[in-house]
Amino acid sequence: MRDPLSKLIQTIPPSGIRKYFDIVSEMEDAISLGVGEPDFDTPWHIREEGIYSLEQGRTFYTSNAGLKELKTEICKYLKRTQNIDYDTEEVVVTVGGSEGIDIALRAMLDYGDEVLIPQPSYVSYEPCTLLAGGTPVIIELKEENEFRLTPEELKAAITDKTKILILPFPNNPTGAIMERKDLEAIAEIVIEHDLFVISDEIYSELTYKSQHVSVASIDGMWERTVLINGFSKAYAMTGWRLGYVAAPSVILKQMLKIHQFAIMCAPTTSQYAAVEALKKGNKDVEMMRDCYDKRRRFLLNEFEKMGIDCFTPYGAFYAFPSIKKFGMTSDEFAEKLLREEKVAVVPGTAFGACGEGFLRISYAYSIDDLKIALGRIADFIKKISKK
Amino acid sequence: MRKKILDMLYNNSRISYEDMSVMLDIPKSRLESEIAAMENEGVICGYPTMINWEKTDCEKVSAVIEVKVAPQRGLGFDKIAERIYRFDEVESVSLMSGGYDLSVTIEGKSMKEVASFVHEKLAPLESVISTATHFVLKKYKEHGVTLVDEKKTEGRMKITP
Repeated sequence: MRDPLSKLIQTIPPSGIRKYFDIVSEMEDAISLGVGEPDFDTPWHIREEGIYSLEQGRTFYTSNAGLKELKTEICKYLKRTQNIDYDTEEVVVTVGGSEGIDIALRAMLDYGDEVLIPQPSYVSYEPCTLLAGGTPVIIELKEENEFRLTPEELKAAITDKTKILILPFPNNPTGAIMERKDLEAIAEIVIEHDLFVISDEIYSELTYKSQHVSVASIDGMWERTVLINGFSKAYAMTGWRLGYVAAPSVILKQMLKIHQFAIMCAPTTSQYAAVEALKKGNKDVEMMRDCYDKRRRFLLNEFEKMGIDCFTPYGAFYAFPSIKKFGMTSDEFAEKLLREEKVAVVPGTAFGACGEGFLRISYAYSIDDLKIALGRIADFIKKISKK
Repeated sequence: MRKKILDMLYNNSRISYEDMSVMLDIPKSRLESEIAAMENEGVICGYPTMINWEKTDCEKVSAVIEVKVAPQRGLGFDKIAERIYRFDEVESVSLMSGGYDLSVTIEGKSMKEVASFVHEKLAPLESVISTATHFVLKKYKEHGVTLVDEKKTEGRMKITP
C-alpha cells in the first residue's frame, strides 16, 4: 500500500503536552496544576441563554461569518474595551481562537514566507505555520525581560522573507503582558519592515497590572493586524468553542473563504449564549479576574516562601517559575514531581525549547486546591534540596 | 479597602489574616486593625457558621411569618419590631414593603413549638393585627451557597495546553 499520509504532516511532531497527558491520566490520585482553562463554570445566565435558544429551536446554521447580533456586540465590545473601530463586516465568528490562528495563517502565507513566533507560547502557532506552507522563525523570549518581546529581539529576527509576527499576549504559558509602550516600540519596527501582526489576545480580560492594550489600537497598526479573541478565558466558555477574528476586510474576506469551506459556521447555540455574555457578562468577568488575582498573589507568595524563583506575571492565569537551580531539566522535574508527590504541572519545554528550566503552573484552581498542591511541591523542594 | 475585606470574610470568615493579607495585598497589621475597627463599629456583627441542619440528626423547623401590625404614633414600626425580635426563637425580623409589614423567621425544634410561639407570644401582641405562618419545606440555597447535593465532578482534563 502507498503511504496514505502527506510528507508535510509527518514532519510535524505531536504536541509536547500530549505524552505528558498520557502519564497523568494513568494516575487517578494525581492533583493537577496543569490545566489551561478556567475552573469556573460558565455563568448561569449565559448557559441559560444557550438553553433557551435550544428550546426555541434555534438549531440551524447561522451565516458563515456568524450572527449579525453577535458581531454587533463584538464590535461594541472592542470599541468599549480597546477603543478600536471595527465594522460588523470586519468580524468573523470562529470555532475558538485556535481556528482564527489557523485561517489567518492560511490566508496570508505563501510558501517560504517567514513567521516570527515568540516562544514560550501556545502550542499551535508553529504547526499551523508549517501547515500553511510558511517557515516558523522562533524568537526566544527572556525571563530578564519578563518574557516581553523587545524591539532588539524582533529586529534581529527579521529577514527579507519575514511576513508575519505573532503577538501572543497576555501570554500562555508565561503570564507575560505587553504594555502600550512595549507595543509602540514593536509597532514602529513592524511598520518599517512592512510586516503584519496576528495578535492572539484570548487572555485580554485577564490582566492584573494595567488594562490590556491591543496592538490594533496603536497608530498605523489597525490595517496590519489580525486580532484574535474569544469567549473561552474571559467568560469561562472553553467547551462552547467560540472565538472571533477582527481584521481589515481585505484579509478577512479571504479568511472567511477558508472558514466557509472548512467550518461553515461556528456553533449556533454558543453564538446565542455569547451574545448574552457580551451584553451582561461584565460583572462575571470582574469577579473571575478578582479571584485569579488573589490566587496569583497567593501562589507567588508561596513560591517565595519555598525559595522558588518566579518573575511576577501580570496576565492570564499562569506562573512560570524557574527551576534551574535544582539541577534538573523541566521534564525531569515535572515527571519526578508527578511520580513522587502526585502533582501535575507542565514542563516549560512544551511551549518551545526556550521553556527549558521553567514550569507552567496554572492558578485556575480554588485556593483550597492550590494549598494542597503547593504543600506537596514544598515537600518535594525540601526533599531535593537536601540531596 | 473595607469592601474588599468584607467580601472576603463574607465568603469565608475563617480565612487566616496571613492568607488574606497576601491575597488582598494589604499589610497584616493594617488588616488586623481594620477588622478590629469594623468589629467595634458593628460593621462586622459576628462570625456564625453555615450549617445544613438537614444533614444532621437535629430536628429543626423553620417558618416565615408574615405579620401585619398597627404602627404606633411617634414610634412607627420600631417598637413593635423590638418586642418581636427580643424573643430568642426569632431568627430574623425585617420591615417589608407590600402586602404585610414584618417578615419574621422563626426556628424551633418542632412544628408544635413554632405554632405555640405564634399563637401564644406573637399573635396576642397588642399591635399585631394578623399573622400568616409559612413553614419551610426545603432549603435550596442560603447565603449564596447551594445546600442541595450537586454531583460536582471535575469536568476538566488534567492537562491541557
